[in-house]
Amino acid sequence: MQQINLLLASLPDGILLGFVYGVAAMGLTLIWGVMNVINLSHGPIISLGMFGTYIIFIKLGVNPYLGLFIVAPIGLLLGILIYTVAVHRVINAPHLSSLLATFSVNMIIIGLGTAAFTTSPYNVDFNMGSVTLGSTTLLGTRLIAALASVIATGSLYLFLYRTRPGKYIRAVANNRSAAELMGIPSSRILALSFGLGTMLAAISGALIATFFPFSILSGGGYELKSFVIGVLGGLGNPIGALVGGLALGVLEAIVPAFLETSWVPVIEFGLFILVLLVRPNGLFGAKQ
Amino acid sequence: MKRTLFNLFALLVVFSLALTACGGGAAPATEAPVVEAPAATDAPAAATEAPVAAPEEVTITVGFTASQTGAQEVSSKRQVNGFNLWMNQVNEAGGLTLSDGTVVKFAAQSYDDESTKERVQELYTRLITEDNADFLISPYSSGLTAAAAVIAEQNGKLMITTGAADDDTYKQGYTGVFQLYTPGSLYLTSTVDMLKTLDPAAKIAIVNESDKFSTAVVGGLKPYAEAAGFEIVLEEAYASDTADFGPIINKIVDSGATVVLGGGHYPDGSTFARQLYERKVGIQFIGILVAPPDSKFSELGDAALGVTGPSQWEGKATHTEEEANGLGIEWFGPSGEEFSAAFEAAYTDKPTYHAAGGYTAGLLLEKAIRDADSVDSEAVKAALDATNIFTFYGGIKFDTSAEAHGLQVGHSMVVIQWQKNEAGELVREVVWPADVATKAPIFPITAP
Repeated sequence: MQQINLLLASLPDGILLGFVYGVAAMGLTLIWGVMNVINLSHGPIISLGMFGTYIIFIKLGVNPYLGLFIVAPIGLLLGILIYTVAVHRVINAPHLSSLLATFSVNMIIIGLGTAAFTTSPYNVDFNMGSVTLGSTTLLGTRLIAALASVIATGSLYLFLYRTRPGKYIRAVANNRSAAELMGIPSSRILALSFGLGTMLAAISGALIATFFPFSILSGGGYELKSFVIGVLGGLGNPIGALVGGLALGVLEAIVPAFLETSWVPVIEFGLFILVLLVRPNGLFGAKQ
Repeated sequence: MKRTLFNLFALLVVFSLALTACGGGAAPATEAPVVEAPAATDAPAAATEAPVAAPEEVTITVGFTASQTGAQEVSSKRQVNGFNLWMNQVNEAGGLTLSDGTVVKFAAQSYDDESTKERVQELYTRLITEDNADFLISPYSSGLTAAAAVIAEQNGKLMITTGAADDDTYKQGYTGVFQLYTPGSLYLTSTVDMLKTLDPAAKIAIVNESDKFSTAVVGGLKPYAEAAGFEIVLEEAYASDTADFGPIINKIVDSGATVVLGGGHYPDGSTFARQLYERKVGIQFIGILVAPPDSKFSELGDAALGVTGPSQWEGKATHTEEEANGLGIEWFGPSGEEFSAAFEAAYTDKPTYHAAGGYTAGLLLEKAIRDADSVDSEAVKAALDATNIFTFYGGIKFDTSAEAHGLQVGHSMVVIQWQKNEAGELVREVVWPADVATKAPIFPITAP
């Protein structure tokens, strides 16, 4: 009974957090789904999103949610820049080349971030109040972050399925050569896809910064979660990533109710291995 | 095929990143050694008389790694700054003069360990075998120091550790590793002593990071609190990268705890404190490790108010020569005010306990060389074994038993609490021990 009470108290938090995990994972899976590139600069870009919120709120005094409209386009442009400089030339090379290219970008961002911000944690002292429902307390910042995540996911879905550039992206993802034969400018579409992936990473970082302290190294943990979600939820499918994120958030809420909290990563990554072995296409049957 | 490839890469990356995380964080690699050049400072720690005839001058190489990148960068930098300040002061004062007229000066040889144990072991081996370091100072953090201590001991080099509180390193049978910090197992005992005067009936929840240092702290805290008559209603460990403390806080509420003790390092400690505040769960007293003594903790705003933490040294309650005289223990080195002034002049930053620890590591080496009247390793080791001194940083004395050789037994900690001053600004006050307290503790921090 005690465990059930704890579970009921923790579950809403896990779900809210899961939405944000989902947005982070969407960025990673979108890039892989479109161009077969594992973006190892994903974590530091999440961290840059966090610092975006910090600068916008603490230094400029702008509401962090309004700040998303600044962080998102910067994330998009940063992604296009990274693609153009580091990824485009190795896009057709063996996978190891793009892996090393994005890993280099990862190290460059961490190095520059360490020089600019040190590895010391930062905090955005921003409070949106809380709502108490029975034994659970829902923080306003998490509620809004979850809402923003749903809006971001819906917007991405609409973009991919209801706009011409979105259709181009799906066409390039399905068959790049055929898409080029149809006159689709694949290089520009790949750059746009990479930009969208980094934009989602930056948005998730900006939202996380409203409720957790962070450092330039913090994104690494969310990158790890994104890989797990990628396996759980499927590739190139934003809804699958969101569901995978929710699954991970719920798992993080369930485990502490029955076991010591330090077991959470053990269960998480144990599940990761299990899914790879049993359902390599992901729990939610991602589309190929 | 595409899916399988992703899965393979994902698996590889997850494991490699997880391993990196276990090592304390990834960072760019650099191998260039840093040889510290003396900088202009005043107020030498212990100026020596100039020799009459041209003396023989020897330069002692002190080797250490610094975390210039990675998770330990900030604390490590402060520690190294403290050590370099000591070294510069001694060198600029003309060095140490031994009874045979030999003048001893110091040079630091250091590398970036990237906050990883693997690099620490590689670089300490290099410091000993290629750079011929005469003495070693530890890196920052218990985990990195444990990795370095093995290398030092295997190669018969003396190492003074600072920024490394975990007890286990000193219970491995080592004979050449000497700890400056109060051991981890005693970190929260002062807090328990204070709590006994505030609320002897408090119900304690112990919530700690599951790393080496924090586990050692809790290992000492639990029996001490129980012996003091407190009821421990919850014991919970969490992984180092935990960011969401919601489920743990729900457990704390469910346990009926009125006091939370534990934490780990800055990132998790500050996150935990913030979430305890945001959820307004009615905890009356919070004592957490490492994070509260850091000046950045005030960035939490009202979430910092009332939070306490143990500190190895505080400028506001620095130890004095009078205190040493009262205890009948030899005083050595500058006063706390002199140290703080010199540090601020050199680095335009107020010294933290990390900096004080770095400085005192050098001070201790100086004292041991003076007492040994030699730079011979065995003689200096014997002097360290016999050390029983008081400095601005506090008492320094080592366990010399075979079971825990080198463990610090002479140093005690103070407890700080974030309070608001008359202007409404958050300030760090010393609240325990009562005889050095600058303010009375705020208790309870929320209405019961």
